[in-house]
Amino acid sequence: MTDATNTAPLTAPVPEAPAARPTRPAVEFARSFAANRPALFGLVLLIAILCMTFLGPLIYPVNPYDIVDMPFAPPGGEYAPLGTDYVGRDILSGIINGGRATLAVGAAAAVISVVLGILMGALAGFYEGPIDAALMKVTEFFQILPTLLLAMVVVTVFGSNLYTITAAIGIVSWPQVARLARAEFLRIRKLDYVEAARTAGARNRYLIFRVILPGALPPLVVAAGLSVGSSILFEAGLSFLGLGDPNTMSWGLIVGQNRNYLLDAWWTVTLPGVAIFLTVLAISLVGDGINDALNPRLRRR
Amino acid sequence: MRKLAPRLISAIGLLLAVLVLNFLLIHAAPGDPVQVIVGDMGGASPQLIAQMKAQYGLDKPLPVQLGLYLWQVLHGNFGYSVYFNMPVLDLILQRLPATIVLVLSSLILAVVIGTLLGIFSARRPRGILSHLVTLVSLFGFSAPVFWTGIMLTILFASVIPIFPVSGMFSVRDTGGFFAQTLDLLRHLVLPSVTLASIYIATYSRLARAAMLDVLGADYIRTARAKGLSERRVVFGHALRNGLIPIVTMVGLQFGQLLAGAVLVETVFNWPGLGRLAFDSILRRDYSTLLAILFFSAILVMVANALTDLAYRWIDPRIGGGRTRKATKTPAAPGSKSPGPAKG
Repeated sequence: MTDATNTAPLTAPVPEAPAARPTRPAVEFARSFAANRPALFGLVLLIAILCMTFLGPLIYPVNPYDIVDMPFAPPGGEYAPLGTDYVGRDILSGIINGGRATLAVGAAAAVISVVLGILMGALAGFYEGPIDAALMKVTEFFQILPTLLLAMVVVTVFGSNLYTITAAIGIVSWPQVARLARAEFLRIRKLDYVEAARTAGARNRYLIFRVILPGALPPLVVAAGLSVGSSILFEAGLSFLGLGDPNTMSWGLIVGQNRNYLLDAWWTVTLPGVAIFLTVLAISLVGDGINDALNPRLRRR
Repeated sequence: MRKLAPRLISAIGLLLAVLVLNFLLIHAAPGDPVQVIVGDMGGASPQLIAQMKAQYGLDKPLPVQLGLYLWQVLHGNFGYSVYFNMPVLDLILQRLPATIVLVLSSLILAVVIGTLLGIFSARRPRGILSHLVTLVSLFGFSAPVFWTGIMLTILFASVIPIFPVSGMFSVRDTGGFFAQTLDLLRHLVLPSVTLASIYIATYSRLARAAMLDVLGADYIRTARAKGLSERRVVFGHALRNGLIPIVTMVGLQFGQLLAGAVLVETVFNWPGLGRLAFDSILRRDYSTLLAILFFSAILVMVANALTDLAYRWIDPRIGGGRTRKATKTPAAPGSKSPGPAKG
């Protein structure tokens, strides 16, 4: 506390004051995300896949159900650039048009599982006690049933159309989100600001959705992203097993239908699989990037 | 072992719940079974229909029907599979060993390879191996498992033909026990590598994070200061604690492993429960499908019990504290440092 040290900081910060202003969280998040090469690559890939899926049919207007050439025409042919399947349908058109069902089912199922999971986890974590015990019993029940098998049973029993498939995937995949949400709620509900809101007379519903949920959101956003990826894999698996909507072209369906000819026509099973792989890869890269941007301290790993 | 009784009760309760779910699913299925039979017969009088309903107990109220169903299951009667022409229980017991062989071999493969990759990349966090782990785990998370299987089939059964394409044994009798085991192993390689590929990803990531944590601990510094060889430090001291999150994950993911087995068995024609599930879907064989669901639930619960035992063996301090760890570990990536970016 000498004069020398006292006067220096008094004059120094004045010109630097604008730099010391804290950046807005959104800006900081975007900057951190943009500095992450793999995440950026994933984002570009994802945008490209979305463009292909939604604009592709305009640029390449071949009906995926039309027979355009001999069965098993290899890639590079005159009528089908990526070859044809076992009845002579265009694989490229199948890939372009098959993405819609896969992406829509994946996204919708992820929304169902995340909403259901957050609701269950939030109630369990907020109320604790018997409600928590009961809800966790339900979660445990769903976790001892192999997800794909349960979804297979549900789709077999209720018929395979896009709605039952979406519902089945959503219903079997919420427990992981619920566990995560519960852990976050258990942690946050004991924090001072929640106690303060409670003392101020906030009702339970307000506490759950307005006070605690925003704080619990970052890890749940990441979980939601990952669950889009796993739902897409799920839908592909069901279609592969022949449980997809038979009237809707999808990537898994193409692989499943051509599975018996894989040694004669590798392109029929390889290329749609590449489409699924790249889509899920892009989503997990973006998810990782969001996670890292939300948790700067973990990024060093 | 003192807590065995409540555990057993809870397990029985869960299995009962699975059976009730099964019953409700059959009940909710569109279509009246008696109408199906009558349709096959080419029509029947209302009296006969009523008589058949009475014979199958379908005229009774729902709870009574549920009771009848549970009573049958208790006596080992899961119904009769018309397509396979044998009782469902026999069918399942016949297919169970193949699935257990496949699932266990994949699990061992995934745990061993995943842990080793994790350990070596934790020793050099910026090394080539560390990047390899990232790549492998990205692939494992993103590739659909049935597609991985198909790619491996094309590669190792057609381009470089060293492994059989499908099945569990060769058609021709290969003779003695030793030759048969060898034949089984040859058939097992591709399916178990395929199934393991997903979990190698998970376990190598987990093992790396856990080992990075453990290798920074004080007791490891003490072990090094004592002058122990690096191998003793890593495999003798650090690994034991580094294994805990992996064991947690094995327990949590066993159901997923069975689900993956459905796809892998379908790709490789492996004669297990998963292939059976696929076949019974094609035939709308509900009773077989539901029995498979029930038996997989039993398998998952057995796996969870074994995971508990493994915990106690790895860390004697843990006595029934599994749920605490179980909720903690999978949440780790997101919740470890909650939202400082917001500040």
